[in-house]
Amino acid sequence: MSKGRPHESAVGHVSGSAVYTDDQRPLSGMLSCFPVLAPHARARITRLEPGPALEQKGVVAVLTHRDIPGLNDTGSVVPDEVLLPEHEVSYWGQAVAWVVAESEESARLGAEKMVVSYQPLDPILDLETAIQAESFHGKAQVIRRGNPSDALEKAAHLLEGEVDMDPQDHFYLETQVSWAVPDSEGYLQVYASTQHPSETQAVIAHVLGLPANRVVVTSLRMGGGFGGKESQANPYAAIAALAARHTGRPVRVRLKREHDMILTGKRHGFLGRYRVGFSDDGTLEALELELFSDGGWSSDLSHAVLQRAMFHSDNAYFIPNMRVSGRVCKTNKASNTAFRGFGGPQGMLVIEEIVDRVARELGLPPHHVRERNFYRRGREVTHYGQTLTDDRTLRVWNDVKEAASFEARLQEVASFNQQNAHRKRGLGLTPVKFGISFTNTPMNQAGAYVLVYLDGSVQVNHGGTEMGQGLHTKMLQVAARALGVKEERVRIMPTSTDKVPNTSPTAASSGSDLNGMAVRQACEVLKTRIAGIAAKQLGLNTPEELVCKDDTIYPPGEPERKLSFDEVVARAYVEQVSLAAAGYYRTPNIYFDKSTGRGRPFHYFAYGCALSEVEVDGFTGQFTLRRVDITHDVGDSLNELVDRGQIEGGFVQGLGWLTSEAFLWDENGRPLTTEPSTYKIPTIGEVPEAFQVRLLERAEQPGVIYGSKAVGEPPFMLALSVREALREAVASFGTAHYVPLASPATPEAILRAIDGVRNEAEVADGSLITGD
Amino acid sequence: MAEESAATFELTLNGERQIVDNAPTTTTLLDHLRQSGFVGTKEGCAEGDCGACTVAISAEDAGGEGQYQAVNSCLLPLAAAADRHIITVEGIARSELHPVQKAMVDGGGSQCGYCTPGFIMSLFAAYYAGNVDDRALEGNLCRCTGYLPIRRAAASLGRPAEDDPFTVTLDGLSPRLPERTYRYDGQAFFRPADLRSALQLLQTYPKATLIAGATDLGVEINKHRRRFATLISLEAVKELQGVTETDGHLRIGAAVPLSHLESVCQGIFPALDEMLRWFAARQIRNRATLGGNLGTASPIGDLSPVLLALDAEVEVAGPAGGRRIDIASFFTDYRQTALEPGEIIVGIHIPKTPPPGTARRISRSYKVGKRGTDDISIVAAAFTVDLDEGGTVVQARLAYGGVAATPVRAEGVEAFLTGKEWTLETVSEAKTQLFEAFTPLSDLRGSAGYRRLLSGNLLEKFYQETRTEADR
Repeated sequence: MSKGRPHESAVGHVSGSAVYTDDQRPLSGMLSCFPVLAPHARARITRLEPGPALEQKGVVAVLTHRDIPGLNDTGSVVPDEVLLPEHEVSYWGQAVAWVVAESEESARLGAEKMVVSYQPLDPILDLETAIQAESFHGKAQVIRRGNPSDALEKAAHLLEGEVDMDPQDHFYLETQVSWAVPDSEGYLQVYASTQHPSETQAVIAHVLGLPANRVVVTSLRMGGGFGGKESQANPYAAIAALAARHTGRPVRVRLKREHDMILTGKRHGFLGRYRVGFSDDGTLEALELELFSDGGWSSDLSHAVLQRAMFHSDNAYFIPNMRVSGRVCKTNKASNTAFRGFGGPQGMLVIEEIVDRVARELGLPPHHVRERNFYRRGREVTHYGQTLTDDRTLRVWNDVKEAASFEARLQEVASFNQQNAHRKRGLGLTPVKFGISFTNTPMNQAGAYVLVYLDGSVQVNHGGTEMGQGLHTKMLQVAARALGVKEERVRIMPTSTDKVPNTSPTAASSGSDLNGMAVRQACEVLKTRIAGIAAKQLGLNTPEELVCKDDTIYPPGEPERKLSFDEVVARAYVEQVSLAAAGYYRTPNIYFDKSTGRGRPFHYFAYGCALSEVEVDGFTGQFTLRRVDITHDVGDSLNELVDRGQIEGGFVQGLGWLTSEAFLWDENGRPLTTEPSTYKIPTIGEVPEAFQVRLLERAEQPGVIYGSKAVGEPPFMLALSVREALREAVASFGTAHYVPLASPATPEAILRAIDGVRNEAEVADGSLITGD
Repeated sequence: MAEESAATFELTLNGERQIVDNAPTTTTLLDHLRQSGFVGTKEGCAEGDCGACTVAISAEDAGGEGQYQAVNSCLLPLAAAADRHIITVEGIARSELHPVQKAMVDGGGSQCGYCTPGFIMSLFAAYYAGNVDDRALEGNLCRCTGYLPIRRAAASLGRPAEDDPFTVTLDGLSPRLPERTYRYDGQAFFRPADLRSALQLLQTYPKATLIAGATDLGVEINKHRRRFATLISLEAVKELQGVTETDGHLRIGAAVPLSHLESVCQGIFPALDEMLRWFAARQIRNRATLGGNLGTASPIGDLSPVLLALDAEVEVAGPAGGRRIDIASFFTDYRQTALEPGEIIVGIHIPKTPPPGTARRISRSYKVGKRGTDDISIVAAAFTVDLDEGGTVVQARLAYGGVAATPVRAEGVEAFLTGKEWTLETVSEAKTQLFEAFTPLSDLRGSAGYRRLLSGNLLEKFYQETRTEADR
């Protein structure tokens, strides 16, 4: 297996021949859709009149709630997500109708003519208001261990505070897109850029009132997903299908960038309120933490996101007495959703903020307090009761410290800061411990269907989707390895619900773990059958002992007797042996009881650690990221090129979340930052040349596909090292014991934080520091 | 103008001649490509900020030679591509992958692959221009890779071979654009080749929209769905070309792309160099012009403060002849200028000589955005302070964008500084005054308070960063 194998579609990517959902549509004859957006965050619909839109040249149909033959709902967990509203709109921009026309231009002109009247209602637009009004989705969740209130009282030190963080837009380069083709039997083939074809299929089927077997959903490849197409591809696929069913013609829905950013949910904004008790040496004794997430108008995946935030609000730290509770707030905003890390980043941001504050309160270096609180022998059980059996936090932590010369650089930074009044540097060293598995235990299953043809070529179908993360590349490698053939003969097929049914979303970093096991199982079934044919040809009766390697099959130790894979397979038809096999896998031994807050929700944990160095300008709050050093635990990597890509890319996406990506609304709840001119994800200019990634050595993970580990999400949170480095640099402008920093830490927020520490310094010294 | 041939125009797409005769003038090159089946080129934002739609076009380099330039095809009106060679991601592999494609494959430079065609074409253009570096890629967003493998792929590139087919093609091209007229369904596109024709057209079509690089127009078309009856493109007008330097002045043609300025003007005005460094991204700089930046009169046009701080003059031509307008009186109101109807910006003159009595000139510019690279400024500032032998201010120019309805100078504070010693005390007092000098707005980029703070802080930053040992 080649660990440096490029992405299986790399040649297609660079030559423009890799086909995406919008690329393979027919060039003519396909209808386009355009949404009619509600200009209120919350309002009663008093009139919905499609007549004038239908008069527009080129308009074929206008879809409203009246046109839905089945269920008017796309909620993926809770049925609280109306597809086309009848009575009320719940967020600014919600689509009340879709105009279907011969061209996008006609559809847009039609949408402008649509007559809709509203009676505005008071919206809830922020967490504080939602909490005051007790506007929540579902029930509170609680995880508790020990006796935090007693322990808080007894602790030598007690601090309380709040931390909030803004949302993040996925900004996948390919916006939401789907197209549907009806056929004469009332069946639908839908091509959708979706991470969850099975759910997209189910949603379309119930919206149309059809059995699922009438709907096939195919996901070719996505131009990025990051969680944004886990549940939120469904409404747009449903509209395309509804329009196709309605008109009898192929129809596509492709969101303009602006519409995508208005209509789709983001990474949840969170508010955390905490009370933390700790000893003189910084050991955490007790934590009471309340988390509030902004769910937006519908539940979507918010409860699971909140739950993961609660699971990860320890990050890598043992807290003997802990109570963490959470609520999903219901607001009049787009429904927030899955996004790489799925609540983990928010939980970790809070605890890193707390640990840093504890350190500054005590005048201790933050890295000392972090290290002191790591899980270790005798302190290896998490607040939800899972025992850490192979904690690698200290291994990755020490690896970074050594590889990046941490101690020496602390000195260098201190001396730079002493010599420079207006520019300050900071180092941030933070660990990541991230639980791998869907926390909704039944979702941890996968299927595959592998076909070998008589010429020896192989097709692999599995339930996972490709969004750039290299899943198909790894599955191709797993199949080749399991079958004992060269990778060239394996083709990964587009993910389609008519090949592998009832799948889980490609999410929770689990794509390779789950589908890899299913693919391997299918391949091993086939290998056993093929070996049976070979054994017969070789005159042996021990097929299980045959070696299958590099397109050949031979008895152990006798490679000279080899048969070629091709010749053996060619015999299968004559021997009447099936060359198709399904594979299936479920993750063993995981469970979680929500009512007690106890269980073993994770199959294992992935670990990482990052050291970031920043330099902050005291006049403007602008900063440069000077250097990043990462050690990450990917187990025994299936593909190091792919895994490094996930680590680097995840980190930079996290950097954007924490620094430049501010998503803003006006006072009426209208999104303002709906394009890349106003919503700023990192460019190459924000990424330092000095960026070292080390994969943890001797890291095989038992019980996971070929000893590897999941890698999609965990590296995202390594970017918290940038936030803590910024805080350290900001702190160097004054002598403050508390350095609040908004998230994202834009230049304006950083300058505000600098002013904060300077003002605190003024109070402390009784003198005025003017900033010279 | 060649009216008889106005129903069609030609372009060369991946080496094949194409005749266009049925597209509105405001169809973008991107839409045309995708509708023609060239779907390798992607739309990521339709406003020139993500680079997924990047293609290479043949154009003149700063020395008048042929060059491949990376441009955002989503912003380019199709008619502006007339008579050019267009190269897309589908058109660069021969029997094997092009070197930039191979480097990206080997380096793991693609993940989801959606942005990749744009990166490939940015790298392609830079490969032939000999300037492959981060700067070539700042206008391409990637959400997957974190850019590191792309940077490594770029670093692994060598130079093109002498017989490289694209070098050979380029050598055979005449880069100068001919005049062109194209009419479709009541719309007209004119590309005159000299100033007289341009002025005449503007007389005939007083409501025409003037364009050069069309980077603003493209946004108007895509975002605001605006349609334009008459477009007059100035990019081929010869009087608007070229950069000429004399003892006393630098004259920049209004239609010179900013990417040319980066190379041609380097080292003459540090404030200009610095601002060009942070001005948009290469795809935009390849098309955007100084004339356009002034003509739109945006309060956040980044070059306006620089020109204000350097006492530039705007050279205009009109039916009544030519005149020069002091930049200080050029911006009259929000997106309004002192241009009279029928007038065209021809060039910009920047004096090189400081006022008499100056022993030392300090001049720099600053830009603060939410993101360092390729962002619209929250505040942009350019400062020029001329000092006499004794370190006293002879003349000061403190110019800002983003703090008022127009680009603006802090004239009161300039007056305060004049005749004062250039010391920290003086600067501190000026900083206090600057805090009150403007009443900026809060918007999605930054709060009014932040802008007010920056007005003064940037001056102090300027002072601190430019003071010599002797000042300390």
